Amino acid sequence: MKAILEIKRGTPGAEPHIETFEVAFEHGQSILDGLRAVRHETDPTLAFRFACINANACKECMMLIDGKVDYACTVRLKEGVTTLAPLPKKALVRDLVTEIAPPDERLHGKG
Amino acid sequence: MHLETDVLVIGAGGAGMYAALEAAKAGASVLLADRSLIGRGGATVMAQMTVAAALGEQTPDSWEYHLSDTLAAGRGLCDERLATMMCQEGPARIREMDAWKVGWARNGDHIAQIHAPGHDRPRCVYVDVLSTGPAVSRTLRTQLNLANGIRRVGDLAIVDIVVRDGIACGAVAVHLSTGEPVTIAAKSVIIATGGLTRLYRRNSASFNMGGDGYALALRAGAELIDMEFVQFFPIGHLAPRLVGMDPIMWDPFRYKLGGKLLNAEMHEFEDDYAAQDARSDGNYVLTRDRATYAISKEVESGRGSPAGGAYLSFKHVPEAELRRSFGQVIDKLAANGIDLTQQLVEVAPIAHYHMGGVRVDETMQTGIPGLYACGEAVGGANGANRLSGNAITEAFVFGARAGQCAAKTALQAAANWSNEAAAPALNMLRASEKRDTPNLSVAVTDLQALMADKVGPFRTEEKLAEAIVEIDRMASELGAAPPSSGQSFDPLLIDWLDLRNMLQVAKAVAVPALARTESRGAHQRDDHPGLDEAWTLNQIVSLSGGDISLARGANISKKASA
Ligand SMILES: Cc1cc2nc3c(=O)[nH]c(=O)nc-3n(C[C@H](O)[C@H](O)[C@H](O)COP(=O)(O)OP(=O)(O)OC[C@H]3O[C@@H](n4cnc5c(N)ncnc54)[C@H](O)[C@@H]3O)c2cc1C
Ligand code: FES
Repeated sequence: MKAILEIKRGTPGAEPHIETFEVAFEHGQSILDGLRAVRHETDPTLAFRFACINANACKECMMLIDGKVDYACTVRLKEGVTTLAPLPKKALVRDLVTEIAPPDERLHGKG
Repeated sequence: MHLETDVLVIGAGGAGMYAALEAAKAGASVLLADRSLIGRGGATVMAQMTVAAALGEQTPDSWEYHLSDTLAAGRGLCDERLATMMCQEGPARIREMDAWKVGWARNGDHIAQIHAPGHDRPRCVYVDVLSTGPAVSRTLRTQLNLANGIRRVGDLAIVDIVVRDGIACGAVAVHLSTGEPVTIAAKSVIIATGGLTRLYRRNSASFNMGGDGYALALRAGAELIDMEFVQFFPIGHLAPRLVGMDPIMWDPFRYKLGGKLLNAEMHEFEDDYAAQDARSDGNYVLTRDRATYAISKEVESGRGSPAGGAYLSFKHVPEAELRRSFGQVIDKLAANGIDLTQQLVEVAPIAHYHMGGVRVDETMQTGIPGLYACGEAVGGANGANRLSGNAITEAFVFGARAGQCAAKTALQAAANWSNEAAAPALNMLRASEKRDTPNLSVAVTDLQALMADKVGPFRTEEKLAEAIVEIDRMASELGAAPPSSGQSFDPLLIDWLDLRNMLQVAKAVAVPALARTESRGAHQRDDHPGLDEAWTLNQIVSLSGGDISLARGANISKKASA
């Protein structure tokens, strides 16, 4: 099976652009599996946040998946197009990475 | 950017958070740094099972019984000072967590304790349903919020510890979300970075568990101990894809319900291996190391399951009993499309925990004054094999102790920061440049495959020697300066820094594994079967002239048999 990931990429201040990647997948694999495959097979510069991979415990992999806020590690890959974008209400860091830490756990303080 | 603190804690898992709390309580200012978000990056938040402590709530118990089980599992290699501390102080920490409302499951009016393999009685506490780690993390995060004097900073990856005149004086870090180098002056430094199981192809690790802390310690001049002992868990989940569950979760159910291990021919193969094994463990046909062996051999002989493991079947168990035993777990499985009444799952040995680690004394200090370690990053307490439930206890107890002792040192010390001593690490970060490199995320998987195939649960001289050559080759290919694609959250930089550490730590595992010509606990040599009394000693790894060097501790067999 093949999934097509349309990913909104960019850095703060720059005009974001959409890049499209195709990944092969097996039943049950997650969006996060797909993103890791993209880095591995095509573009290692793609930035996204995650830690626990399988446990759905770290809660770091939240992003906009087909327009809905969700965890990349729990939503499954599907055939056809899936759109991925950074969280809209958080400050953009790069690509799918946003500033999600509570303000008092950031290096540059609150806000 | 430059920061200053009394105590720098590297890593915000159970150990690091406990260390920060105790150091602050002792009056020190604390900087708690994590490369991920605070309290989310490592194993602690992922653990779903149990925590061992001789509370005596379920059955009369004493820490001495817990200690003797721990020493037996460690097959003669435990550092008894550390093991004693863990067993003796564990109950107080578990009760402290209870007072902080972690929510240990209750059995009537007392804390419930269940019987896990290797323990002589019910000793293990937990939080329902499979929520131990998340509850522990949440509770400690709440305490951090309530405490004074602890600055928490996420996205801050420590790159090197700074040592001046043989004394730890801080660290160099990179702030991942901006890419900016950060120097941290600290009067004492605690390594609480967790384990190294990301070194292996199949693992229960998070992304942050490539063993940074061992590499940090080595480069700071500290010693590591027992590095050859990596614990493989025999029936880690393999397929179908399962998300939201601890990959080791099958174990208690297999134990309780007699889950069957089948090969591709649907043959129940455990009995074929059981005859070779005198030690059977409770309800298991095979002990864990024998089960790992049996599954690996079935796969090698071409009788593995499609994903390369064994089938685990509960189909013989009536649905009502499955429901009763698995409880809400059945619903979590259903959400993953798994119905145990109809379907087999595939399991395989996975790298799960590291017994070895940074060598410390009773104050959790390394050989480098001012440099401490705690949690899974520490070696010694569990010897050649760890009992289930000991790791979180160890994280609490050693974390608290490290925090107290590091604070005491810091409060007596004068600032010792040196820009000059920090320069090499800073210069390395600043030298990062945009350049073409092979895809380093592929190099990481190559290393994981190499470690699994040649430095995995079953080892030989030939395989280990090949692994060392290949690790050296990969290290020279990596080069001395990181590549970089840009400024903020740069995955190329992260891969490079990870590989720099992973390769060093991989070698720190392979070298003592090659030297140890016997089989003991988690270190199994196909070419040297059986335990050899002459090897009842710990091996110590350090860095000398930039390369791994090995020393032997004294034989401790007298102590072990006493
Ligand atoms: C899936 C799973 C299930 C488990 N189940 C159990 C169980 O049921 N019972 C039990 O007793 N044990 C269990 N264990 C083992 C136990 O969870 C760990 O040994 C223990 O939690 C380790 O705690 P720690 O604080 O030492 O490390 P961790 O919790 O791993 O925390 C280390 C932290 O350090 C950070 N870090 C790493 N490198 C750097 C760096 N360079 N700079 C800054 N930060 C860094 C990481 O991001 C992470 O947050 C399990 C482990 C796993 C993986
Ligand atoms: S990767 Fe940890 S919750 Fe998704």
